[in-house]
Amino acid sequence: MAAAPETRLSAAETDALRKIAGTMVPADAALGLPGADDPAILEDIVRSVGRDLPLVREALAAIAAKSDDAFADMERDVREALINEWYPRGGAPALALGRVIVSAYYRDDRVLLALGHEARAPFPKGYVLEQGDWSLLEVVRSRKPFWRDDRVTPRGDR
Amino acid sequence: MAGNEKVDVLIIGSGASGAAVAWGLAETKMRILCLEQGDWMKPTDFPSNGRDWEARRYTDFEISPNRRGRDTDYPVNDDNSLMKIANFNGVGGGTIIYTAHWPRMHPSDFKVKSLDGVADDWPVDYWALEKFYEENDRMMGVSGLAGDPGVPPRHPPMPPIALGRTGTRYAQAMNRLGWHWWPSDSSIATTDYEGRARCINLGHCTPGCAQGAKASTDITYWPLAIRAGVELRTRCRVREITTDERGMAAGAIYYDADGVEHFQPAEVVILACNGVGTPRLLLNSASAKFPNGLANSSGLVGRNLMLHPWPIVTGYVDEPLDGGRGPINTIWSKQFYETDPSRDFVRGYTLQFGRGTGPANQAIVGAASGLLPWGRDHHRRYRQMLDHRLSIGVACEDLPEEHNRVTLDPVLKDGNGIPAPKIDYAISENTRRMMEHGIARAEEILKEAGATDLYASRTALNYPGHLLGTARMGTDPERSVVNEWGRAHDVKNLFIVDGSIWVTSGGVNPTSTIQALALYIADQMKQRLATLFD
Repeated sequence: MAAAPETRLSAAETDALRKIAGTMVPADAALGLPGADDPAILEDIVRSVGRDLPLVREALAAIAAKSDDAFADMERDVREALINEWYPRGGAPALALGRVIVSAYYRDDRVLLALGHEARAPFPKGYVLEQGDWSLLEVVRSRKPFWRDDRVTPRGDR
Repeated sequence: MAGNEKVDVLIIGSGASGAAVAWGLAETKMRILCLEQGDWMKPTDFPSNGRDWEARRYTDFEISPNRRGRDTDYPVNDDNSLMKIANFNGVGGGTIIYTAHWPRMHPSDFKVKSLDGVADDWPVDYWALEKFYEENDRMMGVSGLAGDPGVPPRHPPMPPIALGRTGTRYAQAMNRLGWHWWPSDSSIATTDYEGRARCINLGHCTPGCAQGAKASTDITYWPLAIRAGVELRTRCRVREITTDERGMAAGAIYYDADGVEHFQPAEVVILACNGVGTPRLLLNSASAKFPNGLANSSGLVGRNLMLHPWPIVTGYVDEPLDGGRGPINTIWSKQFYETDPSRDFVRGYTLQFGRGTGPANQAIVGAASGLLPWGRDHHRRYRQMLDHRLSIGVACEDLPEEHNRVTLDPVLKDGNGIPAPKIDYAISENTRRMMEHGIARAEEILKEAGATDLYASRTALNYPGHLLGTARMGTDPERSVVNEWGRAHDVKNLFIVDGSIWVTSGGVNPTSTIQALALYIADQMKQRLATLFD
C-alpha cells in the first residue's frame, strides 16, 4: 500500500520553521509581544499551513539552501539579513511563508491586545465607525454639474 | 441521460444578472428555472464569524477561483494575463465577494465612438437604462447621497456609509486641491432595509457579509423571485447549450452534484454566467450547425475581453484612522473621469478611496510592498502602519481590443471534464497612460493628506473581477453577438444578460449597470413576448 501523502510539516521542518518564524517576527519584551516562534503561535502556524504546504516547503528549502543548512546556527543579525534579502525575490514561496506566519501571529490574543485591538471575531459585535466631518462636503455641493451630458449638442442645446 | 420537464425560460447562473432577469420575468408567470453550479451561502459560512477571518480571504474566500479551489469552482488558465480572473460560484455569484461599490456608468460611457472617436457606441444609452438603475437601487438597497455634481442625478434610498476618520482625511486633502469628491454609493444597508439588518462594520466585507447588510442577490432578488414561482436549482453545472434542427436553442446539458448528466429542455435560454463563463459555455456548445461555437457567426464570442486595470496607491499618515473596522468604501472622485483633450489618453477613471485593513492583512501587504521589514525592526514599522493606512484605487476604463480574449484551454478541465477557459489579455498603451496619470494624481492626493511611504501597485495585487465584453451587443450581426435587447443574432431564443454583452467598460465597478441591463432586457422581452423569436 502506498504511503498517504504528508499533509503536515514534519518535525524537522517544524523545527526549521520555528527558527525562521522567530527571526521574521521576533519577541519584543518591551512591547509585551511574543515572537512568532511562541509555542502556541507556532502550533497555529503549523496547523494553518493547509493548501500552502508545498509553497511553505519550497520556502524552507530555499532558506536552507541560502544558508548552507546552517540557518539555525547563524547570528541573529545574519539571519535577519538573509531573510530580508531573500523575501522580496522569493516569489510565491516567500509570500506564502510570510502570509501563513503573520496570519497566525496577528490573531493571537496577546498580540492583538498589545496593539490595542480587541481579541475577537468581527461578528456579531461589529465596530464603531465615527461619522467624520460632513461639513467638508459643502464646498463640493456648490460645484456645478460637470459630468458630460451626451444629450447636449456642440451648440449647447439638447 | 436523465430528462427533465420542459420549462419556458432557462437561466444559467444565479449571480447579479441571473437573479435580476429572473425577478424581472417572474411576473409573466412563465415557468422559469435557474441552474446554478454553486451552493446557497449561509451567514455562518462567512469569515467574519471567526478569528481566522483574515486568513480565509486567501483560502476558501479567495477571489481567484484557481486558489479558492472549491469543488463548485472551475479553473481558469490566466497565465497569459497580467490581470487575474476573480469570480465566485454560488447563489449570488460575484455579489457574494464584491466590495459593494455601486457607481453607475456615465452617459458618455455609452457614446465613446461619437464623443471620443474610439471603440463603438452602445446600442442603448444611459437614459434608456435610467429607470432600471433606479429600480435596481431599490431592489439591492443602496446607500449614498443625492446631489453629486460629478454624476447624473440619482436617489439612493439610504444615507451614505460614514466618512470616518479615513474619509475625513481624504476629504480635507481633496478640498485643499480643489478636486471633486463625494461619498461613494454602496450596496450596503446603512439602515434596516426591507428585512435586512443595517451594517455594523464587520470590517472589509469583500469575503461576504455575516450580517446580511451587504446586498448579494441571494438575499435581495432571489427570495422574491422564488416566492413569485421561479425555481432555483443548485449544484447544476451546465456543459453545453444544445440546438434543434432549426438552429434554435433546445435546452442545456448539465451535471448534478453527483456527476449525473441531465438534459433540461427550454423554450428560451438566458445566459448569465459572466464575461468568462458565458463565452466558455458558448464555445463549449459548438456543433455541426455552429462549428465555431454557438452564436458565434461574427467570430466575436470571447473577444474584446475587458478587465479594468486597477492600480492601487497606498501611503501612511501619522494619526490612527479607521483601519479595517468598516467597509472599505469611503469616497470617490470623478475629477478625471471624462475625456480631457489635454491628456495623452482618451477616456478616464474614477478614483476610489479605501479605508485601512485588518492586522494580519496589514502585515501581508506591508511586507509584499517592501515597506515592512522582517526582524527586530518589524514591530516598530508595523505600529506605524497598522490603522494608519490610506489607499486610493484607480478604476481605469479598459477599451475593447479583439486580441484580449477568452478561448477554451486545450488541456485544462473542470471537475466534470468540461474544458476550462483560457485568458489572453494585455493592457493597452492608452490604458497604461491612463494608469500612470491616475497613479500620479493619487500620489498627489496622498501627499496632500500628509502620507509618506507611498507605494503604487499596478496590477499584481489587484484583480477586480470585472469580466466584460466577450459577447458584445450591437445592431450589426457581423460586429456583435447579441442585439440591442440581448438576443443572440444567430439564435433567436438565446439571450445573454451578463457583463459579456458590454460594448465598452467605463471606469466604474460594473454590477449596478450589469443588473440595470438585465432588468432592461427582461422588460424588452416582456414587451415582445408575442414576437420574441421574430
